[in-house]
Amino acid sequence: MAPLDDAPSGSLKVRVKRKIYPASGVREAQPVLKDIAIDIEPRSFVVITGPSGCGKSTLLNIIAGLDKDYEGEVVLGGADTKVGYIFQSPRLLPWRTVGQNIALALPDGDPRHGRIDETLRQVGLEGFASQYPERLSLGMQRRAALARGFISEPDVLLMDEPFVSLDDPTAQGLRELLIGLWNRRPTTVVFITHDRTEAVMLGTRILRMSGANATIVQDETVRLSPSERTDRDKVLAEQQRIFRET
Amino acid sequence: MQRLNTAPRTSAAQSPLFRIAWGVGSIVGFLLFWEVMALLIQHRHLPPPTAVFSAMAREFASGELMFHIGMTLYRVVVAFVIAMLIGSTIGIVMGRNGGIDRFFDTWLILFLNLPALVIIILCYVWFGRTEVAAITAVAVNKIPNVAVTVREGARSLSRDLAEMAHMYRFGWWKTLRHVTLPQLAPFFLASARTGLSLVWKIVLVVELLGRSNGVGFQLGTYFQMFDVSMILAYALAFIIIVQLIEFGILQPIAARVNRWRR
Repeated sequence: MAPLDDAPSGSLKVRVKRKIYPASGVREAQPVLKDIAIDIEPRSFVVITGPSGCGKSTLLNIIAGLDKDYEGEVVLGGADTKVGYIFQSPRLLPWRTVGQNIALALPDGDPRHGRIDETLRQVGLEGFASQYPERLSLGMQRRAALARGFISEPDVLLMDEPFVSLDDPTAQGLRELLIGLWNRRPTTVVFITHDRTEAVMLGTRILRMSGANATIVQDETVRLSPSERTDRDKVLAEQQRIFRET
Repeated sequence: MQRLNTAPRTSAAQSPLFRIAWGVGSIVGFLLFWEVMALLIQHRHLPPPTAVFSAMAREFASGELMFHIGMTLYRVVVAFVIAMLIGSTIGIVMGRNGGIDRFFDTWLILFLNLPALVIIILCYVWFGRTEVAAITAVAVNKIPNVAVTVREGARSLSRDLAEMAHMYRFGWWKTLRHVTLPQLAPFFLASARTGLSLVWKIVLVVELLGRSNGVGFQLGTYFQMFDVSMILAYALAFIIIVQLIEFGILQPIAARVNRWRR
């Protein structure tokens, strides 16, 4: 294997031979993932999709380094690769304002502290920097979480169903916002969703997971240009092609 | 008055002026009740509030009152700070570490149920009737309560937020300051408020048994003379001080800590 630093910055190599949730109490040991091998190019937008409970979040936590109890390896390309994680719930600190929450994602003294207001404006939260998160709607909290994920300009951004449980127009608005942010500054994204339309709209590549002891069953490149991604019919046609829907 | 009458019931009940008015009214009512009872019973062991306040004024003028309250307050503050620091540390360690928690849980229950008087007597027997023994006795009485309360907080620390802090490279100091301590703040506050009232009562017993100054010592002296006016004067003076601490220090801190809540 090539030394770590030789791999291009922002590339990702994921090998999970086996992941088992150990037995606890009355529950028996439960295999979750097997034989997963994914190589991700820098600045690609990879969507991992599959039914609820198939182990998508577990895989993302393994990639993030939060879950170390598995057989295999995860190699991040480049030296000192920064990984951002946008969680399924916003996970903002309720006792810090929106502005402080975003500032905390940056090291002290980082020049990007001066860009917090600009980032808030990009996600449509202009003027909300001094508000506490619990006074905002869930959609606005998710916007704040997006801003926090983007401000530190990570080389790899992991996103775990960040738009789930939002009403349709809000979720759609946030998807378009994400496409805009990503086009402005392409970064490697691994995005998890069970929503096929969302997968096609956002991803440059789609990986389908399936099975009780899940593995990757399909690996597709999405054939959509950036402008076609906001066209409902084009997205639907591509969705039918990839998922063989009739 | 006009505004109070027309404003919706809830907002009137929440206005600070309204609350203060009720508080003052309640205290005046109690003093009147006491005065009437004293007049009816006419016994030297139940002095009326006027006699108690004049005793308090005499003691204040001579400087005795402030000296003894000062000594008691000093012991309260030192014992309180020590108990909060040690109790919080024990609570956090036990709340975060299952093995340590299982082992020391029995110890904690033992100390929780050890009578305050036993701890005080043992401290004086082992360390002599010294200032250190007195403060140690008070702190040891309070530590288990703090530990139990803070342990609940440490057990309920959010794993979600810890993972977030890890992913965004907070480091230990930022994690402690912005993630861990704010989650523990309500538990610190709860143990501080119950702690203050517990600590000052124990300090009085400690002073009664083994110190030659402080409110507890004075109470003992006037008990021997059966001077109820003076006993009540000291008790009232100290209640006032503790209330000032509650309203002037603890409540503003609580308001500040909770300002983010909806």
